Amino acid sequence: MQFVVNGQPVDVECDLRTSLLDLLRDHLHLTGTKKGCNQGACGACTVLVGGDRINACLALAVQMEGREITTIEGLGTAAALHPLQRAFVEHDGFQCGYCTPGQICSAVGMLAELERGVPSHVTPVLTTAQLALTHDELRERMSGNLCRCGAYNGIVEAIAEFHEETP
Amino acid sequence: MTPFTYARAADVADAVRHAAAGAGTKFLGGGTNLVDLMRETVERPTALVDVSGLSAAIAEDDDGGLRIDAAVRNTAIAEHRAVRERYPVLSRAILAGASAQIRNMATLGGNLLQRTRCTYFFDNEGSRCNKRSPGQGCDAIGGFNRNHAILGASSACVATHPSDMAVALAALDAIVHLSAATGERSVSINALHRLPEDRPDIETALAAGELITGVELPARELYAHSTYRKVRDRSSYAFALVSVAAALAVTDGVVSDVRIALGGVAPKPWRAWKAEGALRGGPATSDAFLAAIDAELADASPLSHNAFKVDLARRTVVAVLDELNGASA
Repeated sequence: MQFVVNGQPVDVECDLRTSLLDLLRDHLHLTGTKKGCNQGACGACTVLVGGDRINACLALAVQMEGREITTIEGLGTAAALHPLQRAFVEHDGFQCGYCTPGQICSAVGMLAELERGVPSHVTPVLTTAQLALTHDELRERMSGNLCRCGAYNGIVEAIAEFHEETP
Repeated sequence: MTPFTYARAADVADAVRHAAAGAGTKFLGGGTNLVDLMRETVERPTALVDVSGLSAAIAEDDDGGLRIDAAVRNTAIAEHRAVRERYPVLSRAILAGASAQIRNMATLGGNLLQRTRCTYFFDNEGSRCNKRSPGQGCDAIGGFNRNHAILGASSACVATHPSDMAVALAALDAIVHLSAATGERSVSINALHRLPEDRPDIETALAAGELITGVELPARELYAHSTYRKVRDRSSYAFALVSVAAALAVTDGVVSDVRIALGGVAPKPWRAWKAEGALRGGPATSDAFLAAIDAELADASPLSHNAFKVDLARRTVVAVLDELNGASA
């Protein structure tokens, strides 16, 4: 099976039952993407496929053949942090850090949706063209990512600051 | 997960040809429910036919209706300009369901055919379930049934249909297009899902190997004046305890047209025909709304832990109709 992962073409032999999550972690050794619930309830495995955020645990790898996949390793490195990673550090957006890669990939996907004008459950007027990232909008749009440590206040502050500072 | 073969369908004809070949074949959409159930070995297909790459078009009909093809992702439906403007209940219902990640994966066809989230259905090793293992019995009836059905259930099964989107489609009188190796046909959304009776394992009117290819939303001014309200244990990312999809048209204080469908209360999206019949042509008042939903819920038979759903459904329907009535004044 062939994919483009973090900009690099990869060719992997794996069982048809392999999820995208297990492909990334066990076959490509990209262990930044985390396995939390493995049933689509926690968001720890969130990655970007063609720019859209999805749960890697619910996708069969074979379904994603030929697609462009971005994981946390493709967003930033320890030496060159993504600005969102820096914001998470500055705002204490984590304690144990297990949900953090999923939170950050999800936030990148979420901001692209906002930019595109995708409404949310809390958007008051569905036909609004210019959506503002209010506190309620941010919390609703990130509700697919759970944080068992309860670092939500820091997570919300980090994403809000990154969004405000991004032109 | 048990082993399976995998084929990517090139088009609808290719998909239904594959499906006609074997009884163990399942169509695969976004995978958000099927892959999970396969991991739990509740589903054990021997062959998957991937239909997630088939047409994902949303097209305007000549008469002003909308045709949504089966592989359209939930997000793409919810954000579509014509859906937001002319069928707001559908955008609202989709946005109230699951998480953004799941909505980016889930397809229209897969959403309609998703299985119940009854925990006994998922508990392959430890629980009896007539839907999963016909004839085994139902552990939900005497068990923890707070989330289960108050309408349309049977002594064999009390599970609810989990979709939000399907509840909106039920209110919108959507037409579901089907394709099989033997030909094409259409069914009303309200005839797609069946009640459990003594065969809760048979959930829809689909024949073996039949594929949902899309839905058609009729053009009606009424639908532009519609909304969806979902009541759940937490304010996001949870299944409905009760949900209400409704559209309302009021002329000079009289209900000229109305659609009401309920989610979270029945084995299928529950179109409230009795309530609609009671309202049409009568006064658009809170008292009339309450009397109408009481007529619908006269048939309710709550279980040991979910009697609260009857009152919750009453109050939610009245609140939604009041909201639509206020906005139309």
